Parts: sequence; C-alpha cells; structure tokens
Amino acid sequence: MVSFGGWDMPVEYPSGGIIAEHLAVRTRVGLFDVSHMGDILIERSGTPGGALAAVQHISMNDAAKLSIGQAHYSALLHPQGTFVDDIIVHRLAEESYLLVINAGTREKDWRWVRDNVRGFACAARDASNDYTQLAIQGPRAAETLRKLTDTDLSSIRNYWFTTGTVCGLHDILIARTGYTGEDGFEIYVPSDAATSEMVWNRVLEAGKEYGILPCGLGARNTLRLESKMALYGHEISDTINVWEAGLERFCKLEKGDFIGSAALAAAKAAGLRRTLVGLEMIDRGIARDDYKVFDETGTEVGYVTSGSAAPFLKKNIALAYVPPSLSAVGTNLLIEIRGQRLRAQVVPTPFYKRPKK
Amino acid sequence: MAYPTTFRYTKEHEWIEVKGDTGTVGITDYAQHELGDVVFVELPKAGAKLKAGQSFGTVESVKAVSEIYSPVSGDVVETNGALANEPEKINQDPHGAAWLVKVKLSNPGELASLMDAAAYEAYVAEKQKETSA
Repeated sequence: MVSFGGWDMPVEYPSGGIIAEHLAVRTRVGLFDVSHMGDILIERSGTPGGALAAVQHISMNDAAKLSIGQAHYSALLHPQGTFVDDIIVHRLAEESYLLVINAGTREKDWRWVRDNVRGFACAARDASNDYTQLAIQGPRAAETLRKLTDTDLSSIRNYWFTTGTVCGLHDILIARTGYTGEDGFEIYVPSDAATSEMVWNRVLEAGKEYGILPCGLGARNTLRLESKMALYGHEISDTINVWEAGLERFCKLEKGDFIGSAALAAAKAAGLRRTLVGLEMIDRGIARDDYKVFDETGTEVGYVTSGSAAPFLKKNIALAYVPPSLSAVGTNLLIEIRGQRLRAQVVPTPFYKRPKK
Repeated sequence: MAYPTTFRYTKEHEWIEVKGDTGTVGITDYAQHELGDVVFVELPKAGAKLKAGQSFGTVESVKAVSEIYSPVSGDVVETNGALANEPEKINQDPHGAAWLVKVKLSNPGELASLMDAAAYEAYVAEKQKETSA
C-alpha cells in the first residue's frame, strides 16, 4: 500500500502484479477502485444560467456544447494559463455539472473552485465523500457490466453517461469514461463500505469468466502512459501551459474569456518554448521521471515527465518536454540514465491506440 | 518461499552462496516480491571489481529502480547473461536460475558479518510487520 493524496492505495494486487493487471485491461477486463478521485458539484442558485457561466469561467473547454448526459475532458487553469488540475466535466441536468478531479489536488481544487465561482449565481459543493468510484475497463468491460444492470450500455457513447440500476442500486451514474485508453465504464455508487464492497465483489464475480483482475495504481499509470494521457504533477502542472502540454483540442479560446484565456492567447502569439513528445528507447534502458534529455551534440534540452517499461507494447517509452525544433518524429535524443547517455527517438503518440471494432 | 540455509544474507536483501573461493550472488525472494515485475537488469562485466556494501548493478521493475549491493569484495568471474532477455526469471526463481553474478572472494572474512537464513527470516518478518502496521 502507498499513501496517495491521503488514501491507502494498492500499487498492485496479489492476484496480478502490474504487468498481468495491465494486460488484463488491454486484452480482457480490469477493475479499479478510483474512489480517491474528488467530485465537485456546481448547480444553479438564483438567476438561470449561473451554473453554466461559472463552469465556463473556471474551465477551459466549452461547457455550453455539453448536452445533458454528456461529459468532456477539461482543465482548471491559473491566470497564467498553467494547470490547477485536469478534470472531467459531466452535465448532469439542465443546470447541474459534476467535475471529477484528482485526489492529490482535491483540497486545492475545491478551494480554488469555491473562490472563483463566488460571483456567479450558483452553488458549489465538494461531493467527494458521497461516492465510491469504480472503473471497469477493457474490451470485455461492457459484457461484464451488462450482467449487473438493466441499462442498455450499447446506447452510451464514449464520454456520455446515464443513470440506471446497478447491482440493485437505483440512480447510479454510469459513464463511458476511463483513464486506460480502452473502452470501459466508470460507475459512482454510494460510498458506505458495505455497498462499495458488495458492488466491487459483484463486478469481480461478473467478470470472472472473462479473466477480470483487480488493478492498482501501478497499472493505472502504465496504461495511461501508453495512451499518452496526462497526469497532474508530470505532464501538467502549475508551470506548464496548455499549448506546451498539447491539449489545445480541449481548450476553446473562442468561447469567450475564462481564467487563463488571456495569458494563453498571448502565449500562442509568442510561440512555443517546449512541447511534449513521446520517446522510445533505442538503447537498453528505462527512462524515468525527471531524467534529463540531451540533443545529439550533448546539450541539455529537456526532461522526462513519465517513463516506464510499457507492458503491452513491450518497449521502453517516455514522455518528455523538449524544444519544438527537436520534436519531429524520428528525431534522435539522448537520455541520461545513471550517468550514461542512452539513445532514444521521438515516435508518434499515443504509443498505443485501441483497435477499432 | 524458504530461505536456503546454505546462503548468507544482507540487510539490502542480497544472498550469497559460497563454494570454495567463489560466491554466487542474487536477490532474495523478499526483494523480488517488493519490487514486483522485473523488466530490466544491469550487471557488471566479468573482471569487474566489487567492494562489500557497494552498488554493482541495478534491477528495475515496472514501478521502481533498485540498486544491488555486493555482499562481499572480490572479482566478478561470471555474470548471468540470460537475465538480459529474461529479467522476469528474477520473479520466478530468485534463489536459483536468476543468480546475478559469481564472485571470487578477496576477503572471505567478510562473510561473518552477514545473516544466516534464520536471522534473515526474522529480519524480513520484522520488515513485513512494519509495512502492514
């Protein structure tokens, strides 16, 4: 167990190990307890439109485009266009939004949201303790969950959600979201221990015939890395801006002013100083977080944000910030690993993309 | 897994089995279990000089990098080349097929400071109590 944002979290389970858990999600199905994720509810209070206006002000994606039952990736930004956190925004009802945030940043995020929605006709609430959040991920995730719900899962598109009955519990939020690069669902069940445990065990039982494994933080990290999904404190932080992180498709300057938008417009005009690239090791070695990156002439040019052996791809991969001039696919770079500079090459990302059905 | 009584053990979880003037060195079952799936091993070449207590290589799992410390001083006479392509052997057979190096001892007296199997088992039991506490 490791302490993670105040939670005791397993890095791996005795039944699997990181590699087995990772492969279960890529080829079959895996179950994650992601209750450590925080939840913030923003709802209308007073004048119509207050909740949407507040969400638009504090997040970079265009929440006006969300239908009821739809979710999208977004982020809370500092005025300088860097990250407070990345989030998933769910539109629950006409004027009700659920923001799912990271565990390690929960307190900070909550204070930040509370302070920044003050001028709007809305009510914000930290709802983190209301839910146990379970993620069922992998090509057999739908078949597994189907056994436990009367909801037609095939009608839930990627990044949409609905409410339905799961394990006999009513009004359970079922979202087709995840952090693994696979098809899958995240369900939000009441957080009392007995209910959480019952649902956890029923999902494992339902997935048994498909070879389901409970999965820990270790596999969660390697799965998101293969799929090039950002992790706060690594690819995104309060010193990295949206353009550098390559998340422009989730940032809608055209929607109007929001916190960070002015700085981002200026940064766009000024041009990029560094950009996030995917690297594959050529020499034998594994690049790890914070290792230094050099160009072929031996000049230090950047650093690794996340690096690991990739269990499914069976390659040693990394994400790193480098100058744009060294970001083209095929560029050779060197990574310093325990005093030795080993060769790596810029490769297309995401490293892994799930096969189309 | 039982810890062989013919081995001696370090506090950093290496083992050594000495026959004549040569010792075979590996990491313990406890160490491989703590590391998780091993994916990379870096070892010195034959001829390298080792000093007791100093790092001579690296074992990496998916989640962690771990240095390996030599139980004794001496010269490396052989390294286990098979581990380059099959590092997972360290998880499967840490006390056998996944030995790391063979060392010609320059100071056999150093062995006296290492733990025997019973002492190591007690040491590990204490560690496990700490982590589950």
